[in-house]
Amino acid sequence: MGRSLARLMAARGDRLVLLGRDAEQLERSAADLQARSGTDAPVLTAICDLADPSSFAPALSAATEGFGKLDCVVVTAGLFATQDQLEADPELALRLATIDFANTVGFCERARAVLLGGGGGKLCVFSSVAGDRGRKPVVIYGAAKAGLSAYLEGLDHKFRAQGLQTICVKPGFVKTGMTANLQPPPFAGEPDAVAARVLRAIDRGSPVVYAPWIWRWIMLVIRCLPRFVMRRIGF
Amino acid sequence: MGTADSVLHTERPNLAVVQGQLVEGPVLAAGAEPTLVGWGNLARPGVEVLSEDLRALTAGRVLSRGLGRAYGDSAQPPPGVLEVAGTVLADRILGFDPDTGLMRAEAGLSLHEINRLFIPRGWFPPVTPGTQFVTLGGAVAADVHGKNHHVAGCFGQHVTRLLMRVPDGRVLWCSKTEHPDLFLATIGGMGLTGHVLEVEFRMDRIPSSWIWGETLRVGDIGEYIGLLKQSASEWPMTMGWIDCVSKGRRLGRGVLFRGRWATPDEAPSKLATPFSRLTVPIMLPSWTLNPVTVRAFNAGVYWKPTHRQKPVHWESFFYPLDKVRHWNRAYGRKGFTQYQCVLPDEAGPEAARRFLEVLTSTPGGTSFLCVIKDCGPQSDAMLSFPTRGISIALDIPVRTDTQALVDRLNEATLAEGGRIYLAKDSFTRPDHFRAMEGERLDRFMEVRRRWDPDLRMRSAQSVRVLGDPAGGQDRDI
Repeated sequence: MGRSLARLMAARGDRLVLLGRDAEQLERSAADLQARSGTDAPVLTAICDLADPSSFAPALSAATEGFGKLDCVVVTAGLFATQDQLEADPELALRLATIDFANTVGFCERARAVLLGGGGGKLCVFSSVAGDRGRKPVVIYGAAKAGLSAYLEGLDHKFRAQGLQTICVKPGFVKTGMTANLQPPPFAGEPDAVAARVLRAIDRGSPVVYAPWIWRWIMLVIRCLPRFVMRRIGF
Repeated sequence: MGTADSVLHTERPNLAVVQGQLVEGPVLAAGAEPTLVGWGNLARPGVEVLSEDLRALTAGRVLSRGLGRAYGDSAQPPPGVLEVAGTVLADRILGFDPDTGLMRAEAGLSLHEINRLFIPRGWFPPVTPGTQFVTLGGAVAADVHGKNHHVAGCFGQHVTRLLMRVPDGRVLWCSKTEHPDLFLATIGGMGLTGHVLEVEFRMDRIPSSWIWGETLRVGDIGEYIGLLKQSASEWPMTMGWIDCVSKGRRLGRGVLFRGRWATPDEAPSKLATPFSRLTVPIMLPSWTLNPVTVRAFNAGVYWKPTHRQKPVHWESFFYPLDKVRHWNRAYGRKGFTQYQCVLPDEAGPEAARRFLEVLTSTPGGTSFLCVIKDCGPQSDAMLSFPTRGISIALDIPVRTDTQALVDRLNEATLAEGGRIYLAKDSFTRPDHFRAMEGERLDRFMEVRRRWDPDLRMRSAQSVRVLGDPAGGQDRDI
């Protein structure tokens, strides 16, 4: 997802800093974005690992130094595992809850300070439709994303007046590297189409965006279902 | 969504390591037996494992697969093995030099994406097949050719270096000077010498985004071949569609397309941007293409209005079939096969007529579409398909007598001293293939065994045509 979104941004001439865990992979992605943009503007990189909170501050300051000021921070990183895997491995469950909720909030808090320090901007974070309702296949992953979505909503309420727009992205199933080995359900989205929708939401400053769009209505129905129904269905 | 980069690390090296996933093997809907198909829609057990990280993905796997446009079983796993490494998520451009046109990219990048990005900047792939939905890795493996073969040769002739995972697990570069045996066996080697991870090749400068082209109607096969060969000296790009349903005097009537890149003066001022596409949304019934519709289509092709020289959109010129996504579904669930052979110039100008007569006199020999192209000299790549002569490609719906038809066509090809194109093939017998390839095959197998003594790298096709061992998990690395 991050790759598709970054390619759209590079194509329209945005200047980018990529954050990630692996220096070599970052260099390759930066080369790709530069070749696609067709300009000489460099794509910068900095090491950052959501599993390692000590990497957040150096990464954000490196990014800020590169361009002087950041207009937008996008967080697509996260960890995914199926409910079966998480139930079988409590350590993995703890790691997932830490990375997808606690550490993501920790990163966003630093990004919020950086953006507000520069007079405001946009903070776009990938949460998930899994956070909209407690559900059997995503008990733990969904709980972490629910916490993240609540955090992002609060952030938006509190800081929008000061110029910080928060965009909470709730992707449904998207055919990406993360889901490559899962059977796509109906309404699965293509990364490029989802990225185009997310980019539009960033430009408009929409606080919540479902992608593909139909998931907004699917989740509306799911949220309205009574508990006794949710207990019976597998969704 | 998704970890920021690369794969999630695990301690188990043989695991299907996929970004952000700890999945062991494929997760599929319960009860469904997973199958993979080639473009001809003939299914076999198989699963495509995808990752953005080709190095991690290809470790221990027996075959890579790109966009699955090989018609037959080239990109299906050998019997007993389920998984192939799907490369399409690995599509980064790692370098492009606008002074020389030299591009380096991951093997899963498609020509479609290259066209979208680079035609507006005045660059085009040096060679393109009749579809742009092929990956660079696939273009190397099949050593694809296009309408410009008589002047530009195959795709592999424009490749400068390949980064490969060779069968013993090492990752290394090869080129004409570095491991030249591996390099020349890999180009056209149908993925059997190792996994292509990165491709470095030279793009062509184009003067505009339009083709200066012309369409001519031709009355029969003799006239067609004459005009094809005559056009070769003046036009860098030629090809044509032939009616191979009509018999006798009308045999081989058709249309010939020829073109070159338009100069900026000739081209319309606006950029030729990609078309929107229609889709065949569902598998159509197998009787959709029957003798009546095929005859009607072929007559339609013949009577299609021709035009004198004018600017033509690059997409209609190079990729007329790409306008309809999933056009292969028109053949229905029984699927289809393509038969493509090259008949060398030494066989004489009447070779094409003799071949088409065998086709039309054999049961099941009704081809929806017949494409005849001109081929230039053979390249240095060991199993590269084209050689100086003409190439004939037929689309044949699969029926119970298709094996017998392909056998007869192969005998006709052999009689002319020709050979077939593995990227299209589903039915050729090993003895026919050996008879066509002779020493070329010996040389290829010698290099293959040098790099892969246990023949770990295999496909359903290599088991069928080259007699490779089938084998289950015990053969896996």
